[in-house]
Amino acid sequence: MESCFHCGEDCLEELITFEKKSFCCAGCKTVFEILNSNDLSYYYDLQEAPGISPKLKDDKYEYLENAEIVDRLLEFDHEKTQIVSFSIPSIHCSSCIWILENLHKLHSGVKSSQVDFPKKTIRISFTAEEISLKNLVVLLSRIGYEPNIYLDNFEKKESEHDRSLIYKLGVAGFAFGNIMFLSFPEYFEINEFWLDQFKYLFRWLMFSFSLPVVFYSGKDYFISAYKGLRSGMLNIDVPIALGIFVLFVRSTAEIVLDLGTGFFDSLSGLVFFLLLGKFFQQKTYSFLSFERDYKSYFPIAVTRISSEDEQVEEQVQVYKIRKGDTVLIRNEELIPMDAEILEGQANIDYSFVTGEADLVNKAEGDKVYAGGRQKGSIIKLKVLKPVEQSYLTELWSNEVFQKDRSFGFQSLTNRISKNFTIAVLSIAVLATTFWLFADPSKAWNVFTAVLIIACPCAIALAAPFTLGNLLRIFGKKGIYLKDASVIERMAAIDTVVFDKTGTITTTGQTTAEYEGLELSDKELQMLGGSLKASSHPLSRSLYSILQHHGIRTPDSYKEYVGAGIECDFEGNRIKIGSARFTGESDSEEISNGKTAVHISSNEQYKGCFSFRNTYRKGMSGLFQQLSRDKYIIVLSGDNEGERDRLLSLLPVESGIHFNQKPGDKLEFIRQLQHGSRKVMMVGDGLNDAGALAQSEIGIAVSENINVFSPACDGVMDASILSNLADYFQLAKKGVSIIQASFILSLVYNITGLAFAVTGNLMPVVAAILMPLSSISIVIFTTLATQILSKKLKK
Amino acid sequence: MSIIYMLLAISVVVAIIFFVAFIVSVRKGQYDDVYTPSVRMLFEDELVKSPAKENQPVNKEKFN
Repeated sequence: MESCFHCGEDCLEELITFEKKSFCCAGCKTVFEILNSNDLSYYYDLQEAPGISPKLKDDKYEYLENAEIVDRLLEFDHEKTQIVSFSIPSIHCSSCIWILENLHKLHSGVKSSQVDFPKKTIRISFTAEEISLKNLVVLLSRIGYEPNIYLDNFEKKESEHDRSLIYKLGVAGFAFGNIMFLSFPEYFEINEFWLDQFKYLFRWLMFSFSLPVVFYSGKDYFISAYKGLRSGMLNIDVPIALGIFVLFVRSTAEIVLDLGTGFFDSLSGLVFFLLLGKFFQQKTYSFLSFERDYKSYFPIAVTRISSEDEQVEEQVQVYKIRKGDTVLIRNEELIPMDAEILEGQANIDYSFVTGEADLVNKAEGDKVYAGGRQKGSIIKLKVLKPVEQSYLTELWSNEVFQKDRSFGFQSLTNRISKNFTIAVLSIAVLATTFWLFADPSKAWNVFTAVLIIACPCAIALAAPFTLGNLLRIFGKKGIYLKDASVIERMAAIDTVVFDKTGTITTTGQTTAEYEGLELSDKELQMLGGSLKASSHPLSRSLYSILQHHGIRTPDSYKEYVGAGIECDFEGNRIKIGSARFTGESDSEEISNGKTAVHISSNEQYKGCFSFRNTYRKGMSGLFQQLSRDKYIIVLSGDNEGERDRLLSLLPVESGIHFNQKPGDKLEFIRQLQHGSRKVMMVGDGLNDAGALAQSEIGIAVSENINVFSPACDGVMDASILSNLADYFQLAKKGVSIIQASFILSLVYNITGLAFAVTGNLMPVVAAILMPLSSISIVIFTTLATQILSKKLKK
Repeated sequence: MSIIYMLLAISVVVAIIFFVAFIVSVRKGQYDDVYTPSVRMLFEDELVKSPAKENQPVNKEKFN
């Protein structure tokens, strides 16, 4: 088998040879020609078969001629300079970066272009006089890099990066280094002449360096502690904020009253390490969006037929479409509003909404709902409800999409910090009371020293570093989680709910089973010939199954939309389609509840091919593993046709529920949660979006990570779904690592407290103990998570 | 030993210069995408490899 020089796919359907290279389709060859003739063949030297096969339909981007839409999309527009940013999901290798940044060689109208690889975006500066936005998009599509232009591009322009954490970290690091350097002399040299001369200057310099650390870098801790206290929670930021505050006040008091050097070094080090932990935890997958809604998939414009003159077609922004307007939907276009069919035959693919692959046939006068994709001919629709009020959009107004799910979850760190804070405060009070009687001059020192040394820096670092590491390990394996807290919540899950279609079954492959009278070789070949001509998805999949029997070319071919196809072969007639079309009564089709294609030969009913979903590999094993400590439920929007096969896959005590609408799934999860279960939902389509949002953790399974995911807490590559149980184990072990780190940091705290309560806390002791505990926690958690992930590899 | 004042001033000034450089680099977006530049820097020189380029020295200058 030859593989394509451009995209690397096997040349299955056709083989084009051009300049001694093979290509799988005309599109790939065209891209090669374009690049080659522009001296850009270095593209193929950088990486083998880097290309993406282009899929271009000519009239697809007409709406980009609408000035208002262009104006919204452009980031910058002044005379001869226009700047636009696109998201291009097919960016995947260094060749992609190279070719996209050399766009100016393909067209002189492009001035420059810059790729952001992690985000899979490109920012292009061009001259609209030479190349219009539409032609620019067409140019990109022609070389295989089709940009995503959807409704949400229309609403927001490039959002500003939040860089405040980097600034805070920079300030803290800068101050930490300088203060360390200034406080070093006083650690060891006491009563040395020159030191006594300069120490005041040194101290006041340290003081001024510490000001931005406390009031800028550390301000989030004060804010968070204040918020926590106000809502009656002793979160981990309370003892931290107390520690920072006491460190600053005592140090300032010491240098003002000339009692000592203070603890400015420990103070800045503490804030620096804490922020480092925050920074480390903040791993985001910027090319994925976990907050997507329908707007990320809806088109930005549709074709409207103006009401006065039926002939005029115009591209109109989707939000401007009103009730009663007439719109045209072409092949492969998405219907963005609820509407009634005026003209044409609709074959609508609702897989985007429901996860079902079968086409729904609708005739003139029928209603169609937003979110369906038309397959086949052009249809004319009358709008019943505009975008904002359509059935699908209203699903998003459900309150579950507004609430913040991490709220209400008590993290391990916050649970321990409550007891910790109370313990520290009581020790401080007890020790101070003791010293008030024993030696009142030391009481103030001891009180502050206890609060300083007990500042839970190491405890606060344990979770960010463990979870941050795990987040990266998960990401490498193909599970992209929204943030680190998802891992902690994952460890507590006791119920896993799976969607069926598209989640535990594959979307691509299907198998067909034949029932009925035996078909002769000749009949099979005629069948193949008839199916080859049809573009219906069921015909395509049946054709790929029957292909190996060979084909005969039909003499005549007729397609009855919504019913089937009819072909004549030298006097023989083959009919393929619905039961009624082939002369069989409807009753049987309904009774077995399967998707089926019926066959008749010379008006005699032969039998039917019934399609079955193929389950992903390893599902049965996954269910067995999960059922050891979790309750498994399968929710399906389908009918009960697959009940028996599902039962054979699932462990005995699992639940199966059929005919679940999107709202039912959401309600089902809510009921489970009322029964105090912690639920993880694993789903794929928009029909699961409500359930994904309602559950403790919603994981979207996707065969192509870049293409589709509803709002969720994590996106998972479908190929590793069978390993899900391992990731639960990993999450649980992660929590154990955090607990072990807590014990380790308590040992440090107790050692420090021994110094503090006896009134012997020297600045140098604090300066050693604080970084030592932090660094050892970081090393411990990093090593432990690495060892765990090694075990996972197998 | 009053030279210490001078040395101290210099050291603080040098530190602040670097600090300001850091802030400016963050502000310019150098930390927004930390991956693509590492790939991009490997490109340019190899462009000359294309045989067509060697016949067109006019174009070549553009890349050097």
